Amino acid sequence: MTQAPERYMGGGVPRKEDPALITGKANWTDNIKLPGMLHIAFVRSPFAHAKVTHLDVSGALEQPGVVAAYTGADLADEWPGGVPCGAQVAEDMKSPFFPPIVTDEVNQLGDVVAVVVATDRYTATDALEFVEVDYEPLDVVVDMEEAIKEGAPLVHEDLGTNACFNAVMANGDVDAAFEKADVVVKERYIQQRVLPTPIEPRATVVYQEPGRQGYVMYTATQVPHLVKVVLSLSTGVPENEIRIVAPDVGGGFGAKLNLYREEIVTFVLSRKLGVPIKWNEARSENYLGMIHGRDQIQDIELAATSDGKLLGMRVKLLDDFGAYLQLLTPLIGLGGVGMFPGVYDFEAFSGEITGVFTNKTPTDAYRGAGRPEAAYAIERAMDSLARKLNMDPAQLRRKNFIGPSEGAITNPAGLEYDSMNLEPALDKLLELADYEGLRREQQQRRESNDPVQLGIGLSTYTEICGFGPSQALAGLGLGGGGWEMSNVRMLVTGKVEVATGTSPHGQGHETSWSQIAADALGVTPDDVVVIHGDTASVPFGRDTYGSRSAPVGGVAVWQAANKVVEKAKKLAAHMLEAAEGDIEFEGGRFSVAGSPDQSVTIQEVAGQSYLGADLPEGMEPTLSESVVFDPPNFTFPFGAHLCVTEVDTETGKVKVRDFFAVDDCGPIINPTIAAGQLHGGIAQGLAQALYEEAVYDESGNLVTGSMVDYLIPGAPELPNYTLEHTVTPSPTNPLGVKGIGEAGTIGSTPAAINSVIDALSHLGVKHIDMPALPFNVWSTIQEARGRSAGTRTGDSSVAQATDNTTPGGESL
Amino acid sequence: MRRIQMTVDGKPHVADVEPRLLLIHHLRENLGIGGAHVGCDTSNCGACTVLMDGESIKSCTVLAVQADGREITTVQGIAENGEWHPMQTAFHEQHGLQCGYCTPGMIMASISLLKENPNPSEHEIREALEGNVCRCTGYENIIKAVQQVAGQAS
Repeated sequence: MTQAPERYMGGGVPRKEDPALITGKANWTDNIKLPGMLHIAFVRSPFAHAKVTHLDVSGALEQPGVVAAYTGADLADEWPGGVPCGAQVAEDMKSPFFPPIVTDEVNQLGDVVAVVVATDRYTATDALEFVEVDYEPLDVVVDMEEAIKEGAPLVHEDLGTNACFNAVMANGDVDAAFEKADVVVKERYIQQRVLPTPIEPRATVVYQEPGRQGYVMYTATQVPHLVKVVLSLSTGVPENEIRIVAPDVGGGFGAKLNLYREEIVTFVLSRKLGVPIKWNEARSENYLGMIHGRDQIQDIELAATSDGKLLGMRVKLLDDFGAYLQLLTPLIGLGGVGMFPGVYDFEAFSGEITGVFTNKTPTDAYRGAGRPEAAYAIERAMDSLARKLNMDPAQLRRKNFIGPSEGAITNPAGLEYDSMNLEPALDKLLELADYEGLRREQQQRRESNDPVQLGIGLSTYTEICGFGPSQALAGLGLGGGGWEMSNVRMLVTGKVEVATGTSPHGQGHETSWSQIAADALGVTPDDVVVIHGDTASVPFGRDTYGSRSAPVGGVAVWQAANKVVEKAKKLAAHMLEAAEGDIEFEGGRFSVAGSPDQSVTIQEVAGQSYLGADLPEGMEPTLSESVVFDPPNFTFPFGAHLCVTEVDTETGKVKVRDFFAVDDCGPIINPTIAAGQLHGGIAQGLAQALYEEAVYDESGNLVTGSMVDYLIPGAPELPNYTLEHTVTPSPTNPLGVKGIGEAGTIGSTPAAINSVIDALSHLGVKHIDMPALPFNVWSTIQEARGRSAGTRTGDSSVAQATDNTTPGGESL
Repeated sequence: MRRIQMTVDGKPHVADVEPRLLLIHHLRENLGIGGAHVGCDTSNCGACTVLMDGESIKSCTVLAVQADGREITTVQGIAENGEWHPMQTAFHEQHGLQCGYCTPGMIMASISLLKENPNPSEHEIREALEGNVCRCTGYENIIKAVQQVAGQAS
């Protein structure tokens, strides 16, 4: 009797990662202690822009326990490449030299001026105050619009401008589209600067590999393989002398997709002093030194007919890069430009982006990286258009959806979506949320003048994931391919090792990749161990970011495992003395078609292969196969989100009552993990919409420089999440998977702000900037009431104010 | 330097420490407890939460000398006879963790919560965990884990 083999993909297999994490046995970088290890601490600039006129570290050297102290000049020869940027997005892109420790000028608060090496972290930190530094303050520019004006202070005098690059892309005749429009919506949105805040701060340990010429760096990173090559480019140390290990890593959210100046200094000092060196940071240091996210000014125009058909879109963007270019800084906003059309079809598009230097911390990838910016703008503008046309926002969206298409379909900016089917997702969402019922409740609250009003905010989104096809990435100016590598091997005992170039830091790849390999090989996930995060164990990899791990790395695992099965099948045919074409494989067992009693297990085949004594002619021993998968296209997950808010019109407080999401990421490998990714993604999107903002004052001081001042939402601030899915496979890979890591963040932010505006639209509110904190919401209500009162002399009945009576609103 | 003694996860420890040394650093650096974490420098994140004489504290706001003579319990000391504490099991079963960095603090705060309030409402759980920040899970599955231990069906 044969039993149908169990299939693990699609099931909520409990996470293999958990036992170490819940018992306190994880291997965080900061847990590493080595004999003779020294600690370092940094002197950081208290000015956003200044000349260093005097610098003397000798006072620190006199302190007990201090071993060494260095200035930027002392170490400048150690990092000829500085902190490298990995993207040259335009021929004339301005790229300042980014020294890990400055030599004569600081360009941001927190720029590193000197480093102290001591026996422990308390001693190193104490000694910082004995380093003498004199600064001569220079003019500061913190506002990106000011920065590109004639005569603005220059962040880098030698570049002659604060504009890093300007890029334009156009598709179709956008002017013609606007000329024939009945309605034009013109809006300005602000993507505020945010602080990524993985709960584990950065930490790095470097030591010389015993017995050989080379160095080992343990570091809290998403990208050990990228760090290896970029560190080599920075320091000139040959790449084959560098081994990078990402041990357990406590979240990244894009912010650990980098090589940081502190990592370079730690590496250089361990080399120089010949001892293990540890650096770890405090949160306030993290908020200055780790990249920031978003920070974009968005001018967007939509052209449409009077019955709500979109005709064209113009987008003009300013991206605040801060003082330097980190690894992918110039690519983030630029990569998002083509996504501004979102899930809609229309005839013409033009987009322009200018990257700007300011005296602030550099920006770079933050969960979504370019796509949340795009989705936010188009989804806000769609709601604005719906209000202007007095159309239901769901109906307006439905009317303009691109597709459906099971295969490639080109968006108005010229990007090729892999597959798209929005309407079933929207239908499911509206049913799940009881859209009609919510609208009725909203009407009742309006009619009864309830001080707490109900908001219903929609967004329908897509994103670009699965980074990515190497050729397309090269076209964007990225200096590295987007493939992913996996090696799958069945050992002599029948156990399986899967080496993957992805580098999880919370995503559960050990579990999901085990499921993939188990299904391919006919074993159980418990038979599989996943090896990752060490460049010595996994020689090639492109790591984890951009929702790439499943659609590129997971697919590589699947293909490598299937390659193992192919080879095993040849050997099984040899062992069973049958033709290969007659061999069937199911549930881990090879059998001869028509003679099920003639069979061998894949474990038996592995044993035979390892022994190597009796193999088909020309076959090499061992069952070990590697695949490097380079996808033919990006993937484009999509979905529909609905945020229900209760907005207290008297206090301005916004409460997210419910959040509904229908997401389509193709077939799901592990539903539990996918749901978790969505929960966290939605939470992070709500955090930007409602709570978080990195605030700089005009002198370039980060006012929100600690967790006291920067509001990460806690459990009381966030809702429960009601999730559903539709399944539209991606034709770009054999698993059909699209990626899910960023979807929640991309869909939720516009849904939340649309919801707040929707709650207040009957009061004349048409716009609110993020974050929608109580004072912001309350002020917006007061302004709307004032406007409404001003135009309706003697009539303060705000509930009657409508679009028609409110001048100077959202559109032309 | 001052001599202090404390029991950590059932084991007695004597040490000479600087009066300014934070308990979290004493646990991590001197006693090798890797399962209590540091996520901020302002007592906001809760990653360092442990129990002192059975009550949850943020070990970054307590000096090592203040813990003299006390009993400290970390996530490394709550399993019994090799069996996970029910809260550990619940976090695993409810997928209440992703990167796991906030998790030890979250588990200890949750244990303390149920000790004080064995049958909390969802609202009470959310309020009680206010001082523990998680960036990965969006909290829902953490709440479910606490409800599971409280015997509430989710």
